[in-house]
Amino acid sequence: MSDDRILFEDVSKFYGEVLGVNRVDLSIPPGITTLVGPNGSGKTTLMNLMTGLVRPGRGRIRVLGIAPEEPERLFRLLGYCTQFDAFPRALTGHQFLYCYLRLHGLGHAETERLVWQALERVGMTEAAHRRVAAYSKGMRQRIKLAQAMCHQPQVLVLDEPLNGLDPMARAEAIALFRELAADGRYLIISSHILHEVDQISDQVIMLTSGYVVAEGQIQAVRSEMHQEYPMQVLVRCDHPGVLAARVFEQDHVVEVKMHADRKGLLVSTRDGERFYELLERLVLEGVINLESVAPADEDVHSVYEYLIGSEGGAS
Amino acid sequence: MSGRPWKLWWTQILAILRLEVRKSFLGKRAIVIYLLAASQVILFGVHAVAVARGWDHCRGTEDFGVFAAEFQLYYLRLAVFFGCVAIFMNLFRGEVLEKTLHHYLLAPVRREVLVAGKFLSGLATAVLLFGAGAVLSFLIVASHVASLRHQEFLAAPLPGHLAAYLGVTVLACLGYGAVFLMMGLLFRNPIIPAVAVLIWESITVFLPPLLKQISVIYYLESLCPVRAPFSGSGGSALFAISGEPVSAWLAVPGLIALAAAVILLSALRIRKLEVNYGAE
Repeated sequence: MSDDRILFEDVSKFYGEVLGVNRVDLSIPPGITTLVGPNGSGKTTLMNLMTGLVRPGRGRIRVLGIAPEEPERLFRLLGYCTQFDAFPRALTGHQFLYCYLRLHGLGHAETERLVWQALERVGMTEAAHRRVAAYSKGMRQRIKLAQAMCHQPQVLVLDEPLNGLDPMARAEAIALFRELAADGRYLIISSHILHEVDQISDQVIMLTSGYVVAEGQIQAVRSEMHQEYPMQVLVRCDHPGVLAARVFEQDHVVEVKMHADRKGLLVSTRDGERFYELLERLVLEGVINLESVAPADEDVHSVYEYLIGSEGGAS
Repeated sequence: MSGRPWKLWWTQILAILRLEVRKSFLGKRAIVIYLLAASQVILFGVHAVAVARGWDHCRGTEDFGVFAAEFQLYYLRLAVFFGCVAIFMNLFRGEVLEKTLHHYLLAPVRREVLVAGKFLSGLATAVLLFGAGAVLSFLIVASHVASLRHQEFLAAPLPGHLAAYLGVTVLACLGYGAVFLMMGLLFRNPIIPAVAVLIWESITVFLPPLLKQISVIYYLESLCPVRAPFSGSGGSALFAISGEPVSAWLAVPGLIALAAAVILLSALRIRKLEVNYGAE
């Protein structure tokens, strides 16, 4: 049993007769792991299972070697920013963080220090003594983030953490996530905003209807799909016609489209490695001069479209 | 910290107590509880004012009998009962309805410690409010008896009675509190079982002695220092305890054991609790 991973072993969860997740096997390394999938795909269920808010019907979960049934150990190294947008009434932002942090058994001075540190990290020091009930949606989101990270956990589970944040706050939050990941922490983030997922993820877990359909680094996931969904590469060069003639000779190339301005090609290939070798050879032989080469569908959005389809509702 | 869990647990219980008092018992929603606790004080306060103004007369030690009847028929059966419903049922159920329970469940606190912390915070509040209500109302009765019927006042064993009423109130909060805490954990709509308990506590007077013993009020009334003057005619006679009262040596440990057993069951229940507000 690996104590440096978050492990799901054959985990299933049903809510009555409704499937939450089914037969999930995952091994999550440090860094930013994003859960991607449409509404009802099981993202939140996975997070709730990981944190013991719901219990699996079958299977086993370990967070760095600790079972979710041991909250007294688990939540010393894990913080969870849930999607629930509810707070105890009558508490200010500072009181909210302070009161729940005292549950860790910390003294007053240490708690105060950690609370103000967390408030500062999410830019909420000025609003600290206002009641949470009077906060805007974005402020509530930030105070939840502060609560999840105020005890400086090794694992952060963040359910749609960018919801309600304005563009500036989003950029700051993403920078914060990167900083935390660079420290060797584990960040599990669910999101349905795919271009943000692309920006922040070290690896993705794609879910649909309670099943994990792909996991790993997005390039690796994409390369595993080349037989079914040939990889698309955009090439801009000085002799696209010549290039088109040469690539058509390759058995792994399935389609070539000429750009409207006749200065580039969109090549579909089942073997990206061999295609790039061909390009390199043509350049070395002086047959073409490249302007640019870029994969056209090696991002989360494309993989999502191929695996889950546009009905998923992600943007 | 792992080597000294008791110290950590106690620190966490104090943190829960601090949080519960701040968010649940100092707000506007607690007004009903304050009113219930103050109702008996208001009742006897009005009577004392009426006696002082000459609108009513003091019956001397008979007033202590009236206090005993009122304490058993109204204060224990209604004020403390519904006060405990309001305090203890909301400890968990209220948080589920407001979708805030997860904040506790995402803290490094054993769930059993959470149950203990919440129960103690409810108990502290209930004892403080209803204990004060019992003591103040008794002192009001005692003070006007003292001022008007000095000899009778000196003859009565007042400190003992005061301690007994306070003790009974504490035990009532303990017993009812434990029962309603568990109901808040077990039932989606705990008002229905609470009404069932109220009905049961009321009809036990009509039941055989064996069934009578399966009620909190039976033991509480057995511990009261003055048998209320139920013997007369009227509606209050319906609630008379028939049969011998239980001795304090049995009633006190019995109520404590009941509370402990129910708290233990609640602790077992919360280990399996899942947060699924959407299904509520």
